[in-house]
Amino acid sequence: MDLFSAQEVTKTYSNFKALSEVSISVPEGTIFGLLGPNGAGKTTLIRIINQITAPDSGTIWFQGRKMKSDDIYRIGYLPEERGLYKKMKVGEQALYLGMLKGLSRRDAMRELKIWFEKFEIISWWDKKVMELSKGMQQKVQFICTVLHKPELMIFDEPFSGFDPINSEIMKEEILRMKKEGATIIFSTHNMESVEELCDHIALIDKSKKILDGPTMNIREKYKSNIFDVSYKGEFSKIEQDFGQKYSILSHDETGRTNSLKIQFLNGSSSGSLIKDLVKHVEIVSFNELIPSMNEVFIKVVKQNS
Amino acid sequence: MKSKIGLILSREYTTRVRKKSFIIMTLLMPALMAAMFILPGYLMTRDDTKERTIAVYDGSTILLGQLESSVYTKYQFIPEEEYNKIKDNLKTSNFYALLVIQPNVLNTKTVQLISTSNISFDVKNEIQNKIKSVIEKEKMAEVIKHTGIPDLEAQIKSTKTSISVNTIKLGESGEAKKSSTEIGMILGYVFGLIIYMFIILYGQMVMQGVMEEKQSRIVEIIISSVKPFELMMGKIIGIAMVGLTQLVIWIILGFAIISGARGMMPAAQHAGTAQEIVAQAQIANQAPAQLDKMQDILSMLGSVNFPLIIGCFIFFFIGGYLLYSSMFAAVGSAVDAMEDAQQFMLPIMLPVILAIMVMASAIRNPEGAVAFWFSIIPFTSPVVMMARIPFGVPAWQLALSMLVLIITFIGMVWAAGKIYRTGILMYGKKTSWKELGKWLIYRS
Repeated sequence: MDLFSAQEVTKTYSNFKALSEVSISVPEGTIFGLLGPNGAGKTTLIRIINQITAPDSGTIWFQGRKMKSDDIYRIGYLPEERGLYKKMKVGEQALYLGMLKGLSRRDAMRELKIWFEKFEIISWWDKKVMELSKGMQQKVQFICTVLHKPELMIFDEPFSGFDPINSEIMKEEILRMKKEGATIIFSTHNMESVEELCDHIALIDKSKKILDGPTMNIREKYKSNIFDVSYKGEFSKIEQDFGQKYSILSHDETGRTNSLKIQFLNGSSSGSLIKDLVKHVEIVSFNELIPSMNEVFIKVVKQNS
Repeated sequence: MKSKIGLILSREYTTRVRKKSFIIMTLLMPALMAAMFILPGYLMTRDDTKERTIAVYDGSTILLGQLESSVYTKYQFIPEEEYNKIKDNLKTSNFYALLVIQPNVLNTKTVQLISTSNISFDVKNEIQNKIKSVIEKEKMAEVIKHTGIPDLEAQIKSTKTSISVNTIKLGESGEAKKSSTEIGMILGYVFGLIIYMFIILYGQMVMQGVMEEKQSRIVEIIISSVKPFELMMGKIIGIAMVGLTQLVIWIILGFAIISGARGMMPAAQHAGTAQEIVAQAQIANQAPAQLDKMQDILSMLGSVNFPLIIGCFIFFFIGGYLLYSSMFAAVGSAVDAMEDAQQFMLPIMLPVILAIMVMASAIRNPEGAVAFWFSIIPFTSPVVMMARIPFGVPAWQLALSMLVLIITFIGMVWAAGKIYRTGILMYGKKTSWKELGKWLIYRS
């Protein structure tokens, strides 16, 4: 079931179209990657989900019904450009933000204690925010976003500003919350973390959605029949015979076994490639190369322009 | 959706009230004011407790033995032989100063006061008055001798007259009320000034608060929980309460200081409560003129319609603050930095400054056309109308002014809310007036 979906959402700012009939569906209990180049309209869509702005047309669905204003208490939002009151104390501020999300003071206090103990930052409670480093502030913001146990969490570049160790901790927390049933919309330019975390993605470019689906399917779809082959034998023999049917992208004869990257041209298949190869050399390994999300992203966006 | 204004309001209030700068300002201001009033009086009393002797060389012999010593100042007449000696050794002598009266003082009307230090104003004044009265007496005696009118002095005295104008204002029911222009002026000025200060100080505090949220980028987190309008109103009301808290503390401290100061200042005893003065006057059976005056002031104060004034003060205070602080909030939301705020500040500040200038003329002529129009125009009415009210304003004018103010501030809060909603999420671009206009008509 979809926890959240947007249906043909359009938003125009004076004469600039930020979103044009964009539809996305976020299945419950998954991590959904919202991707796109800068200025594509991701932030506008996220703001519409958070009811910060309203769409000109289109419908937003939440748990199978139209989204109500109350639903914002069930959403946790970590914006890309984020900050805290610099002169306010950490604990007080976290309490305030939790209460704004509908928690009672006592509940907010209890949850904050759990999180602060988990991250071992109890000693920060009475510190002013401006005394904390950027990474430390990010940690506090992360806690404030998830404090009220929202069913839908929206993280916009959640790992920026974190060192690798803290990034890993955050990643683990996100995966843990997913396991506990939370649905997560994840917006980032870091395609490695998309491959690692996202079950589904949607790609928005120039105010339109140009691609969506399960991450693996999309990578499958954009594979271009490139194979990585390790073999024993002479490269020159392959080279002589393969000129017409295949394109050899690279080859390497310095290792223990020789290797090459090969792409077959029209009308061929992996089966015939193997057949053709074994005529000349002994195959050690044979792998199809699936494009990385990074490659897919660049390819799709370039095609769209 | 349950409103979160209460939560926002209490954060705005508590973080500001707990600030050191607020506490210091709140406590220091009355202390400074008190120091301004008390210190001179206190210093005077200290100064007066020093006993001093002034040597007097009277070449004219007119004043010999006539200068009576006062509590702290003694006069010692010296013979001519000692004059030079004392003059040369004034510093080492015990005399505070040397007063030299030339034989021809009646013509020159000048005496010399020689001293090694600065002569205080009070001492100079005392000597001046004393010599003046002696010489006047002397001259009077001369005239009496010449004209042969024995009770001339009494006759001249009886011609001295002082006139006080008691202004009477006819009420609607025709009864005459004693009114006072002075009290009206003071009240009008004080109330107008308080509203002016409040608008400027706290309006700008609203603007800075909005800019702080925008600059620190917390605003997007907050408006994913509450509506921008709630955030804006929570801030405006919270800061209004900060200002009211300060005002109430100042009033309480002010009363405490005034009553405390009365005990300290001997001169202030005259300004005691009416009952005290009545009692004192009855016991001493003197100063009937003062008693009269006091009763006058009391009856004038009684003629001032305090419930109306205070009611109007609260209304115009809130109305004016809401009107201006919503404009300040809109400006704060539209800009990234303080420098950019200047271009929008000027049009807001102009009417406030105009109001305080018009107020000065409205106090002198509360019924004039200028006073009338500026007390109807909502951007100046909170200040100017407050200055007029102690003099009495026709009910229809008051009602019209209030109505216009209500309509304007509702419209302004609405418009500011629209600009604010768009402005707080706009970064990087320098906002123009045209841009602000566009934000106004954006659909939500």
